[in-house]
Amino acid sequence: MKTGLAEMLKGGVIMDVVNAEQAKIAEDAGAVAVMALERVPADIRATGGIARMADPSKIEEIVAAVSVPVMAKCRIGHFVEAQLIQSLGVDYIDESEVLTPADEQYHVNKWDFTVPFVCGARSLGEALRRIAEGAAMVRTKGEPGTGNVVEAVRHMRQMNDEIAWVAGISEGQLFDAAKELGAAHELVKWVHDNGKLPVVNFAAGGIATPADAALMMQLGCDGVFVGSGIFKSGDPSTRAKAIVEATTHFEDPEIIAKVSRNLGEAMVGINIPDIPQSERMQERGW
Amino acid sequence: MRVGVLALQGAFREHIVMLEALEVAAVAVRLPNQLDDLDGLIIPGGESTAIGKLMESYEFFEPIAGRHAEGMAVWGTCAGAILVAKRVLDGVTGQRSLGLMDIAVRRNAFGRQVDSFEVDLDFAHLHGEDYRGVFIRAPWIEEVGAGAEVLARHEGAIVAAREGNMLATVFHPELTGDPRIHRYFIEDVIPT
Repeated sequence: MKTGLAEMLKGGVIMDVVNAEQAKIAEDAGAVAVMALERVPADIRATGGIARMADPSKIEEIVAAVSVPVMAKCRIGHFVEAQLIQSLGVDYIDESEVLTPADEQYHVNKWDFTVPFVCGARSLGEALRRIAEGAAMVRTKGEPGTGNVVEAVRHMRQMNDEIAWVAGISEGQLFDAAKELGAAHELVKWVHDNGKLPVVNFAAGGIATPADAALMMQLGCDGVFVGSGIFKSGDPSTRAKAIVEATTHFEDPEIIAKVSRNLGEAMVGINIPDIPQSERMQERGW
Repeated sequence: MRVGVLALQGAFREHIVMLEALEVAAVAVRLPNQLDDLDGLIIPGGESTAIGKLMESYEFFEPIAGRHAEGMAVWGTCAGAILVAKRVLDGVTGQRSLGLMDIAVRRNAFGRQVDSFEVDLDFAHLHGEDYRGVFIRAPWIEEVGAGAEVLARHEGAIVAAREGNMLATVFHPELTGDPRIHRYFIEDVIPT
């Protein structure tokens, strides 16, 4: 049942917002949901230090401002932040590598909650481990706050390749595949039988332009998260609307070209090799 | 017979799978000119504001109303039920609807995600067992006009209604694998 809301978000764009005003801009642009947080990933990266869940009053302000679903992030393994967010009446919790992990061994046991969770993953095994823990939706990790889509593409291709591999092997090989992926046999078998993940899979981490969003959709994502890409750009409202339209019309280059015109400055962006290994958010979580 | 599913955002693929299982030609409608030769149109669940904004940007409102006036049947599920309603309660300011069906729909009436649920429904005109209704942040139908028939209720609230060649369900028949409501739309609601 908890996967139901994610089904309704498909083909849509979920936008990071830090206050009620941004949340309204996102809703007006056609966002299917907003992610309430204290700072967008690009600012978290710039500021450094420990990134934690947002102030509850900030989350409540955003919940009150919009009618679309609201998501909020907790630190990996920080089940008390998750309990707190659930008590605020938020629609979804993102157990996110964008924040500083609180536990280096355990992710949150998401079955303990009534609110559904979304989690990041770089590979099929990671996605299935999160699903085994109760995640109702997954997303690529990408490399948040960079405006660089290359890592999201890498993670999506990795998942696609591994799904194709699992779908193509024999039943008898699934036990070994489960061992190799580090995932429950039962879930690996589900992927084998159905040729896809058991939950909705969105793209996230570095999407900055309408063409980035359409690229991820053509690679087979169910929808798109845009974090810093919108409110770190020159004209957030126009760019937000353009990314929404490109996500719907992802197979129509003429429309993508039309909405990509005159969007103003995109966020500057960061090349991945310029980020020291220890500061790569995608390495967080396991 | 050709049935379109408005494919701007939301659970449109599941409707297409259901229609194809019933051997109906299904069309993913992303631009208004695709409405031209349709016998019926399904407006799926999703976020009604997001779907509504895209309908506005791509100028769907007049063509859908126009094709409906020419006889195209229309079925709205969940967010789609909000979009076909003449009256929307608790909507976003300025939220536009098609205003085709004489019903009043209250947005998110059953509550937020934590209040999503499944329940067996006694759905009129369906043969056999109860229908499993999947409700996700669902609206309800608060009132129906004189020309509309109530098809199902849950704890008193109207959750499905029909008026002529229009159908509204606030739950998600595309997520259950039970094709009876899709068959009802194709066989009874779409005029032959």
